[in-house]
Amino acid sequence: MADAGTSTVVSIVDRYGGDPGMLIPMMQDIQTELGYLPRAELAELSGRLQVPLARVYSVATFYASFRLVPKGEHTIQLCMGTVCFLKGADQISRALQREFELVPGGTSPDGKFTFSPVNCVGACALAPVMVVDGQYYGGLVVDSAVELLHKVAAGSPAAQPAAQPAAQAPKPKKAPKTKKKGGGSKPT
Amino acid sequence: MSTLATRLQCASDLERYRSELVAARDPRARRVRVCIGTGCTAKGSPKVLESFRRAAQELGQDVAVVETKCTGCHGFCERGPIVIVDPGDVFYQGVREEDVPEVWRESVLGGRVVEKLLYADEASGTVARTHQEIPFYRAQQRVVLALNGVIDPTNIEDYLAAGGYAALAKVLTSMQPEEVIDQITRSGLRGRGGGGFPTGRKWRSARNAHGEPKYTIANGDEGDPGAFMDRSIMEGAPHAVIEGMIIGAYAIGSCQGYIYVRNEYPLAVKHLSIALGQARQMGLLGENVLGSGFSFDVGINRGAGAFVCGESTALMASLEGRVGEPRAKYIHTVESGLHGKPSLLNNVETWANVPQILLNGAEWFASMGTAKSKGTKVFSLVGKVKNTGLVEVPMGMTLRQIIYDVGGGIRDDKAFKAVQTGGPSGGCIPGEFLDEPVDFDRLTDLGSMMGSGGMIVMDEDTCMVSVARYFLQFLKEESCGKCTPCREGIAQMLEILTRITRGEGRPGDVETLQSLSDLLEDTSLCALGKTSAYPVLSTIRHFRGEYEAHVLERRCPAKVCSGLFRYSIDRESCTGCGLCSKKCPAEGIHGEKKQPHVIDQVKCINCGSCFEICPFSAVVKI
Repeated sequence: MADAGTSTVVSIVDRYGGDPGMLIPMMQDIQTELGYLPRAELAELSGRLQVPLARVYSVATFYASFRLVPKGEHTIQLCMGTVCFLKGADQISRALQREFELVPGGTSPDGKFTFSPVNCVGACALAPVMVVDGQYYGGLVVDSAVELLHKVAAGSPAAQPAAQPAAQAPKPKKAPKTKKKGGGSKPT
Repeated sequence: MSTLATRLQCASDLERYRSELVAARDPRARRVRVCIGTGCTAKGSPKVLESFRRAAQELGQDVAVVETKCTGCHGFCERGPIVIVDPGDVFYQGVREEDVPEVWRESVLGGRVVEKLLYADEASGTVARTHQEIPFYRAQQRVVLALNGVIDPTNIEDYLAAGGYAALAKVLTSMQPEEVIDQITRSGLRGRGGGGFPTGRKWRSARNAHGEPKYTIANGDEGDPGAFMDRSIMEGAPHAVIEGMIIGAYAIGSCQGYIYVRNEYPLAVKHLSIALGQARQMGLLGENVLGSGFSFDVGINRGAGAFVCGESTALMASLEGRVGEPRAKYIHTVESGLHGKPSLLNNVETWANVPQILLNGAEWFASMGTAKSKGTKVFSLVGKVKNTGLVEVPMGMTLRQIIYDVGGGIRDDKAFKAVQTGGPSGGCIPGEFLDEPVDFDRLTDLGSMMGSGGMIVMDEDTCMVSVARYFLQFLKEESCGKCTPCREGIAQMLEILTRITRGEGRPGDVETLQSLSDLLEDTSLCALGKTSAYPVLSTIRHFRGEYEAHVLERRCPAKVCSGLFRYSIDRESCTGCGLCSKKCPAEGIHGEKKQPHVIDQVKCINCGSCFEICPFSAVVKI
């Protein structure tokens, strides 16, 4: 058993005075520190709190924000709220899944992104919204969302937080982009 | 800026401290207030704030009259980042980092107005100098949101100087718990979270309930997609929620409280944590509040991403560290809630109303609103409306006033189609009811509900069948799975709706949907299941023709459902630039360079790529 992991659990359990009622906050803290909920830590937690492992797992799998596999380098929350939906979040979601080989709740094969479509981030005036590593990007369209993630993947996290809702104005004349496309990922 | 005072020993300490704070304010002071709500933050307001702070520091101590501060959400998120300059209350919108030097030089120091950053009315071109001159704000009446955008939510002194915790002091020094409950009852306040249950009655039941300890809980698990009222309140005026909770706890005799906040609201958690720490430090929370002998403390619990946890019994299960499954409510949570003890759960907005009611009196509150729905209500007005954002209006204002006077009407001059209220448990209200007053009971009569206050405006380009499908998809994923009608019923309805939106609907589908809806309403365990069919029922009730077009004619009148309409190229508008044919994955667009192109309908897979990419809007849906 990994000592480092055990000490994480010990200090977190202490933080809440060992109260089993605080199981969810403890699991949130474990996830914050380790990026996900490893099996060994959950077993340790179960033992220390005298809560059956099955119950720990029922909580871990019930709530959407818990992850049982390591997270990618970057986390993406794509808002799927009603307004974002009306303004095209569904198309964005499909395009991102295709382009970066993502599945909802999962991590891309290259370990770059963990992708979570979420119910609503409550920033409806900016719809459609995507939160990348805690930074909000609004007014997205399919192309700008894909482009944004390419930038993030290439390691330029300082990409401008979409200052102006780009989708608002009718698109003016766009210079044809030289972005290469079609070679890498084909729609299946 | 003064440091936090030591613990306040009694209510008169609080008043003395408040007058000191007010006296220390220089009326001539120039102030810059930058909104750091989630909306403005996303548009870069922290950098704007930083630039103002740097500019203020460079001035040195001699000119300490200049103060910059962050504030909570102004509600007009659409126009962010928002910056207010005092004196003059000048309202700047869409302020970017590069605008800061000019605003600083001209407006803050020079007292002149930077015209280009003012709000200009799209239709009339009229320029507004202050927020009161903007139509979006003019029709609003702000009670709960009064301090949003005015005070710094991370500084308790700002809240105190604005009269904060005066209601608590009044209650602790001059009112018996029963009197507090009387005031709340007489005010006519009803729960802002969705159900609209009379708050006073709930408090009385909690007071009368047997069992110790009693818990006081704030529901900040704002799960309805398209709603962000509670987020803005928690971010912008966290002390108002805490003060309301302390008063409630005093009224029912509770010593422990919890605020349950959605995981998706990190800024709300941060501001609430800061506020709780400050209140504790000043003796407004914790042991012996203001020397009254009454003790009460509050903890924060973050949700873990489950819509159902907005339901009272599920929320309490989650607070106990279990999965958020609701239970049948033969016994109410005010009798047996958290850990089987009496628990008083109110929504964040409800709590934020409490201090105002006790300060201004029940009659004042009851003078606003309609016969059975008193006070104001905060709505998040979003969707295809010109001015999106948070609006607070008296109950009873008509939908038309809210959408057209406050919201400025429909975006891009499209036609209004429906407004969706009440989140996934609510329904869609069509144009013929635009002049109906908005209150708890009237919305229910229309087949929708108040819910927590989401108001999503839909235009002619919205397919109502696909909207109904969206909500069922949402609910299918969020159903906790405990009871069969909800778990299986929603899945069945979703399957039927999916078929209809694919053009595979069968005669009788609509009737099957209706009977499944009845079943769900009659037999589900909790409100999530019981109301899950409302989006379907209300769209069938008001937009039946649209369902029939999908099922019988294989046609989507709003041209949303893929395959139930076609793409075509308008010969007049097409310039023959060739972008569409390059983008088309089916190689289905042909044409000579600089000549109008044509879509081969046999090859077309309706992906919409050409529609998306055409810079001249020459690709049309038919």
